Amino acid sequence: MARIDASSSNLSYLDGLAYRDSPIHRLDPRVKLITTLLFIVCVVSFNKYELSALLPFAIYPVILLALARLPPRYLLRHLLLAVTFALCIGLFNPLFDRATLLHVGSIEISGGWISFASIMLRFVLTVSAALILVASTGFDSLCLALARLGAPSPFVVQLLLLYRYLFVLVDEAMRLSRARSQRSFGRRGMELSVVASLLAQLLLRTLDRAQRIYLAMQCRGFDGEVRLLRPLRIGASDVLFLSGWTAILLGLRLRDSAPALGQAIGALLPW
Amino acid sequence: MHMADALISPLVGGVMWAASAGITVYSASKLKAGGDDRIVPLMGVLGAFIFAAQMINFSIPGTGSSGHLGGGMLLSILLGPYAAFLTLASVLTVQALFFADGGLLALGCNIFNLAFFPCFVAYPLIYRPIAGTQPTGKRVVAGSLVAAIVGLQLGAAAVVLETSLAGISELPFGTFLLLMLPIHLAIGIVEGLLTAAVVSFVGSARPDILTVAASSRQPARHGGGRLLAGLLLLSALTGGLFSWFASPQHDGLEWAIFHSTGRETLPTPVTDAHSLAAALQDRTALLPDYGFRQAAESGDAAAAGNVAGTGEETGKAWPDVNAGTSVSGLLGATISMLLAGLLGFILLRLRQRP
Repeated sequence: MARIDASSSNLSYLDGLAYRDSPIHRLDPRVKLITTLLFIVCVVSFNKYELSALLPFAIYPVILLALARLPPRYLLRHLLLAVTFALCIGLFNPLFDRATLLHVGSIEISGGWISFASIMLRFVLTVSAALILVASTGFDSLCLALARLGAPSPFVVQLLLLYRYLFVLVDEAMRLSRARSQRSFGRRGMELSVVASLLAQLLLRTLDRAQRIYLAMQCRGFDGEVRLLRPLRIGASDVLFLSGWTAILLGLRLRDSAPALGQAIGALLPW
Repeated sequence: MHMADALISPLVGGVMWAASAGITVYSASKLKAGGDDRIVPLMGVLGAFIFAAQMINFSIPGTGSSGHLGGGMLLSILLGPYAAFLTLASVLTVQALFFADGGLLALGCNIFNLAFFPCFVAYPLIYRPIAGTQPTGKRVVAGSLVAAIVGLQLGAAAVVLETSLAGISELPFGTFLLLMLPIHLAIGIVEGLLTAAVVSFVGSARPDILTVAASSRQPARHGGGRLLAGLLLLSALTGGLFSWFASPQHDGLEWAIFHSTGRETLPTPVTDAHSLAAALQDRTALLPDYGFRQAAESGDAAAAGNVAGTGEETGKAWPDVNAGTSVSGLLGATISMLLAGLLGFILLRLRQRP
């Protein structure tokens, strides 16, 4: 129940963030989508023992987070909610890969722990990039970007309609769930048969709603196409954003700048 | 069940993206050709229904845990394969974007594993032959039970295969498979029973809905055949690509081979094709192997000596340790991350001031 309320409020909060205003919010959604994908591909393309070259990539989410004025604590909470799968699979690495790869003083660190740390780092980087994309763009604009980038229109329409009715139906399901828990004191009412009839009731209401929506759309001249009438224009700042980040990300991917920096700092330290 | 970006490689992600995008385009064109625009709002609302239904959880009999509906089979039964595929793909997209369930690059894998198998394999090949067009109670139960189990087993096997091919996780192929399949057998049984119960309920309350769905939206036979042929071609192509590109880190497959033949690799027949492939692989390797494994196997002692030496010698010359993550690398990376954080902090402050 707590998880339901949390994910539902997350959804509307994330939606609200997209309506704020910042230089990042004002960028063309296509530019942001492509940059995010490039970032994820760069991060994921390293070999599994890579750590040092991955860390500098944190510059992208950090700077975007600051420029878009998004609350970092919210992002952290979201990361914690989503971490289970990567954590569960990643934790097997130290079990299966015990060959020692790194000695720090007298401590031996096995390859498994290094690749586990690498997986967790990848997780944090890729998920935060995706969350920043949504929180600074908004779902409608993202769908518009997808349509302009060539996604088939039935799919884009489906995304838009799904998102529109998500909030309505989630509220309805929460009402059902709450009514059940208030009558069952948390114990009965969880059986498969009860849940099946609850779900079927929800489904019937959903189908009726679909029929009403269809009639309403037909009254307004719906012909199977949803037209998106928002102009998208690539401006100077968009070009700057895309080319700048492309250069930085490819640079970080191709040249591991960390050892050089480490050497420079190491030379300054008195040891 | 949702794969994460952190566990796949760009090649696996890219190929699965291409496959899922191809099926999406195909389904969309099929849907457009169907010309029934009643289905447009129905798909939208049913996609939202899947989300909503996942919020009503139930206790799994015999265990203390609770589960929720996945919905792939239910959508296929209600909408037919093409519309169900698009609806599930949209659900997975929203989950990836808003709940970080799976990632943007892994979206292709997730759509393929969780939408393709129930819609285009389990529904037409298992559910429909068993349940038929005029479903009675028992046939619906049997059909959705078997179809849900098979769909989820295929999806789980695909997760294992993709994870192993990506080579990020150390989980051996066989162990991972033995871990995933029983779990998803249990999930599949529950999913099938729930689907059957919901379908039966709808069938008794509003039988018109099911008969409409069964009659008007069944897949065209030859169209399905062409899709299948295309996918076979794609998978053959994919297999070829994978074996060329991603072989140095195939721990999972190597493990399976090691245990089934007692050797680390299969004996390679020396032919022109193989040496060509090997040369091509050397030439085009997307992920050049850093000296990590080699350092661990051959020069482990030397590398250890080098790193230990850094502590004792003064830091005038940081030795070039041939273990990808050297101490200086980590130090530099940490510092660059701190710099990034500082930059972000300054930017935040500057923006808040005016």
